[in-house]
Amino acid sequence: MAHTAKQKDYFPYLLLVPATLVMLSIVAYPLIETFRLSFTNTGMSQNYEYVGLANYEKIMSRRFPEVIARTFYWMGLSVALKMLIGTFGAVLLNAMVPGRALFRILVMPPWVIPIAIGVFIWGWMYNGQFGMLSGMAQRIGILDAPFEFLAYKNSAFMATIVTDVWIGVPMVTLYLLAAMQSISRDLYEAAWVDGASRFYRFRRITLPLIIPSIATMALLSAIATFNSFDIIWILTEGGPRGATTTMIIDTYKTAISRFKYGEGAARTVMIVLFLGSFTFVYFVLLSRLAKRSPNNAA
Amino acid sequence: MLHKYRWYEYVLIYCGVAVFLTFVLAPFVEAFVVSLRPLSGLFSIPYRFITDDMSFEAYFSMWKNVPLLWRYMLNSFFIATVVTILGLLCIIPAAYAFARFEFPARNSLLGVFIAVNMFSGAVLIIPLFKLMQQYGLLNTYFAMIAPGTAFVIPTGIWLLRSYLVRIPKELEEAAWVDGAGKIYTLVRVIIPVALPGIVVVTITAFITAYAQQFIYALTFNSVNELNPLPVGLFQFFGRQSVVWNELMAASLVGILPVLFVYVFLQRYIVAGLTAGAVKE
Repeated sequence: MAHTAKQKDYFPYLLLVPATLVMLSIVAYPLIETFRLSFTNTGMSQNYEYVGLANYEKIMSRRFPEVIARTFYWMGLSVALKMLIGTFGAVLLNAMVPGRALFRILVMPPWVIPIAIGVFIWGWMYNGQFGMLSGMAQRIGILDAPFEFLAYKNSAFMATIVTDVWIGVPMVTLYLLAAMQSISRDLYEAAWVDGASRFYRFRRITLPLIIPSIATMALLSAIATFNSFDIIWILTEGGPRGATTTMIIDTYKTAISRFKYGEGAARTVMIVLFLGSFTFVYFVLLSRLAKRSPNNAA
Repeated sequence: MLHKYRWYEYVLIYCGVAVFLTFVLAPFVEAFVVSLRPLSGLFSIPYRFITDDMSFEAYFSMWKNVPLLWRYMLNSFFIATVVTILGLLCIIPAAYAFARFEFPARNSLLGVFIAVNMFSGAVLIIPLFKLMQQYGLLNTYFAMIAPGTAFVIPTGIWLLRSYLVRIPKELEEAAWVDGAGKIYTLVRVIIPVALPGIVVVTITAFITAYAQQFIYALTFNSVNELNPLPVGLFQFFGRQSVVWNELMAASLVGILPVLFVYVFLQRYIVAGLTAGAVKE
């Protein structure tokens, strides 16, 4: 062991060099640079000046607060649906019925394929004249005329959420399924012997024990949803009339489409602040859970 | 017994599963059906799911109408492969360091790596764009590979570390006693033993890299020959006259490689993806 002790001084750091270099150049440096740029009026040209807090004042006085509110609304609705449908799916896949192995395999494809390609397919389904959803709805009689889902503010907002839910549900389902399967069978058997009904067992054993996993997954989903770009950009580019413009989309439009890097950077700093606080909550949650129940934390 | 269901419970469960899987799989079925129908047939009212003029025509004509389709697919594959290799070169030593060695600030450093997972490429797009511009890296494969690599590393470290922790320490100690160097021990003793864990990390990294190429390519690349599949097809996703049957055919062919990998290795993938979000 003396051997280990002597060499451990520098070797672990050496091992961390490649990963650290990548992180410093691709993540840390750009983050710091974003912070600096947010105090400048950087645009297309090479020259720029420091403008103090002007960018922040600008975004605060304009429609940005509305974008923040919309982002949270979009995220909240999407995460709630993902958790609901994911829990529903996990309960079903947890049932000991023939075919369950196959069902588990069939859940995953939306998550495995490139996001953009899944979104192309939804783009077709939302097509008003000829798409599946409008067509089906007309057949059943819900709609009496073709409906262009992506052309109206409310329906476009909901459409982007449904697609985001579709992409996120497999992960939530399998994660919660794993949590349910880690619950000891003894608990269920004891309850069964006592004559507890299936629903009672779910409410009193399964649900309380997977609540920590649901909380963890909800937070991770929230972070992923907050970062979501591909879905909205491909389906609506933030439209119609800004109805699906979330913070990420707004930042991208400002910086990349309109070349206002300074203003875009100020928006990014706001995003980083939000994501930072989610991350903080995530770590607090994890350490709380680790303290409370070291052996059955999902 | 405990898991014996009554007949109506079976009916309920299977109905529930049917509804759930319909939501998950209907888009794929619809995409496949659309890819089989001639364009003129698609634009018929009222909407019909099955028609009698179905054929695989679009799967042949798409190569002509999207001349670079091959390039897009190869680019996607190439970018994901390089990201995976570079990612592994960073992940394996770092995971080993976190799993095996005591050093100051180890846990907080691991926390920092995990925290990177909370950001996406979209957040860093502005400075990265400027940086790439400054060094003349726009419109190169590198511009699409580098950010992808950064975002497969945290999950990879997390996954592999939890695997390495479970390998008995005696293995390395025996190698050291025999006079093996640290790097030799890592390459010749640890990596062979950890191969199953490395396989999980490799698959997870590849699927992530294959799935998340859109924003980098859209922003950092404007040379069509270098585009990966999602951005290559995005150009045909214009608002007015989309050749839907070919777009769907090309999309389905494009996801075939990952679906193929998935079906054969799904046990590992599910383990990897779900563990990525879990603690020990």
